[in-house]
Amino acid sequence: MVGQLILRGFIVGIVAGVLAFGWAKTFGEPAVNIAINFESAQDAAKAAAAVAAGKPAPAEDPVIFSRTVQSGIGLLTGMVGAGAGLGCLFAVLFAFANGRMGNLAAGPTSVLLAFYGLVSIYLVPALKYPPNPPSVGEPATIKYRTGLYFLMMALSIASTLGALRLRRLLVPKYGNWNGSLLALLVYLVIIAAFFVILPGINEVPVTFPAVTLWNFRLASLGIQTVLWGSIGVMFGYIGARAAAERPQ
Amino acid sequence: MATDETSVATSVSDLPLKVAIPIREIMPWAIFGVLIMALAYYFVGAEQGATSIFSGMGVHEFVHDARHLLGFPCH
Ligand SMILES: [Zn+2]
Repeated sequence: MVGQLILRGFIVGIVAGVLAFGWAKTFGEPAVNIAINFESAQDAAKAAAAVAAGKPAPAEDPVIFSRTVQSGIGLLTGMVGAGAGLGCLFAVLFAFANGRMGNLAAGPTSVLLAFYGLVSIYLVPALKYPPNPPSVGEPATIKYRTGLYFLMMALSIASTLGALRLRRLLVPKYGNWNGSLLALLVYLVIIAAFFVILPGINEVPVTFPAVTLWNFRLASLGIQTVLWGSIGVMFGYIGARAAAERPQ
Repeated sequence: MATDETSVATSVSDLPLKVAIPIREIMPWAIFGVLIMALAYYFVGAEQGATSIFSGMGVHEFVHDARHLLGFPCH
């Protein structure tokens, strides 16, 4: 049964990845290309300065894949890979949640789960460590930045699970509305505390175009919303079907 | 022509499912599902960046745009 759900989640995730690719291609790639041109111009200026100072020009990065490959089949592979992975995780979450959210039907359960997933796995980590286009990060700090990003993601997921559990404890005592709001309040305080405690990262060059940065981050939010949203809606249909077909 | 009362709400997505799948039945699959997700996120989001399983930059460069646009730290 759960295996069936995971298979369906996997397929739904692949379709969601293709949709996310469409969004990325349309709204994300223009900003990526501007950022790469900015980077090339900076590298060229550095090389020219080195030559003028009588030093050898720094070696250029070797090109492994062309921009066409990176922004085409490479981007598609990345989106579909992430989508398929999320789809499998989503099926497991649905298996746990379905029938355990009061009277909530399978469709709304699925959409609500997608909302929780988007917020916990993407939005909250991204608010602390926002997505950056190429040329913004220092290659030397990649380990540090990756570690902090995944730490924030883990803390965010744990906070959501904790808050949902807390809500379960509070609702019988204080009622649905008050209990839910109280759990939400505790959740927000915890997230705010993590935001304050964890170190900030800002490596955006001062001359980097602000509009490009804004467009890039908005595109990233759009991509993740398409990914999670389409998984939630599609799974609410075919996942619900698998759950309904379950032999009692 | 689905106009009668019964055929309006027949989508399974609308049905509340009171019978949950037992936790012990989900658990082994949960580990499997989370593992697939972690693997996908690792290769799209971090391989040949912070850590490397394969040498070189082939994986990193191939999924490069997706890595940036999905919000993972890169360069
Ligand atoms: Zn990069």
